[in-house]
Amino acid sequence: MTILEIDRAGRVFGSGEARVVALDDVSLCVERGEFVAIMGPSGSGKSTLLHLAGGLDRPTSGRVLLNGRDLAGMSAADLSLALRREIGFVFQGLNLLPTLSAAENVALPLELDGARPRAAMSAARSLLDSVGLGAVADRFPSRLSGGEQQRVAIARAVTGGRTLLLADEPTGALDTVSGEAVMGLLRRQCAAGCAVVLITHDMRHAAWADRVVFLRDGRVTGEAAPPAGPEFLLRPA
Amino acid sequence: MSVRHSLLVLLDAGPMHGYGLKTEFEAATGDVWPLNVGQVYTTLARLERDGLVSTETDADGQKIYAITDAGRGEVRRWFETPVAREVVPRQELAIKLVFAMRSAATDVADVLQRQRVATMRSLQEVTRLKADAEADGDLAWLLMLDALVFQAEAEARWLDLCEARLARKSGERQDRGTPLPRGGAAAPPLPITRRSS
Repeated sequence: MTILEIDRAGRVFGSGEARVVALDDVSLCVERGEFVAIMGPSGSGKSTLLHLAGGLDRPTSGRVLLNGRDLAGMSAADLSLALRREIGFVFQGLNLLPTLSAAENVALPLELDGARPRAAMSAARSLLDSVGLGAVADRFPSRLSGGEQQRVAIARAVTGGRTLLLADEPTGALDTVSGEAVMGLLRRQCAAGCAVVLITHDMRHAAWADRVVFLRDGRVTGEAAPPAGPEFLLRPA
Repeated sequence: MSVRHSLLVLLDAGPMHGYGLKTEFEAATGDVWPLNVGQVYTTLARLERDGLVSTETDADGQKIYAITDAGRGEVRRWFETPVAREVVPRQELAIKLVFAMRSAATDVADVLQRQRVATMRSLQEVTRLKADAEADGDLAWLLMLDALVFQAEAEARWLDLCEARLARKSGERQDRGTPLPRGGAAAPPLPITRRSS
């Protein structure tokens, strides 16, 4: 099942002399359970692509479909409901509200969506348990390590059964081991049925994805999928 | 890497037979480094010759090996000495890129991108093996895979830098023949076009 379909999308900013083509005829399909990483240098259009995917910006040409529906055809109210219920975001930092505990942060989107506080908190706790953060559920973000904060942010991004997780450099400020823990958690979200799009300039992290799409100057310049069997490295028998 | 030092470390824990040393060594290195038994016995013979191990014959007539004080000193020296980096100054890829710039037969950007995809695929493969190794708790193999991950990453970052340098170089070539700006100083190389996103 296709969760996200970007169909020949373009995004142009400005006009005349100041005209900048941020994205040029980019297509991308992400299936349920699929983990796609987008790589490219600064200014290659990665963030623009993520903004289009998340309905934060509209393409100047082409279409963006979320679970089969064209975002451009939705009313403002439908769009905001779809974004809230179907898409979770994780950014490099400042993901959590500092005055709420980890569990309260995770419960917040559920409450905003009409769940009763008690039910939302219990769902949040079991979600944090499932990602190995049950022990820190009552801590405030300032008492969590950077890696823990990002894992809480990922848990929050998938609460309420959201199907698309968009992550923009979520490991930017983390050390190697914490970064790997975040990648492992993103992989597990895919296994649980989410579609994940990760933007990163870190090849080590992109390698966790099922597919890596390379962007340059607003265009797709290549794609890498892991070999089906051992190709590069054969473990000595 | 030193098989002889590894064997000395194993013997430091207590005397062993040659075959036991082989299996212990392979278990410790996660079978990444298979040893044939002949190699073990030649190494042990050299260690004995150099006074680093001594031998006794057990009740079954089998040789049993024990570390000597000189052997313990050798172990200490091994751990105290950093491993030298293996440096290969001739990189086929660097040569290929330089010639791709001169050649009309190809576009250097395509060569770079193909290499990047190949590096990425090997990285994806190693990353999957890593996840398995982590699940199995296979430490020696995991450390080996980590090293391969960082090597591949280094190559990828080097490719990014090559791309930036080559783009700047071809920018300079295009600038040749254009008059110098007033003041006579050469214009700085054009930055690679940056698009806002």
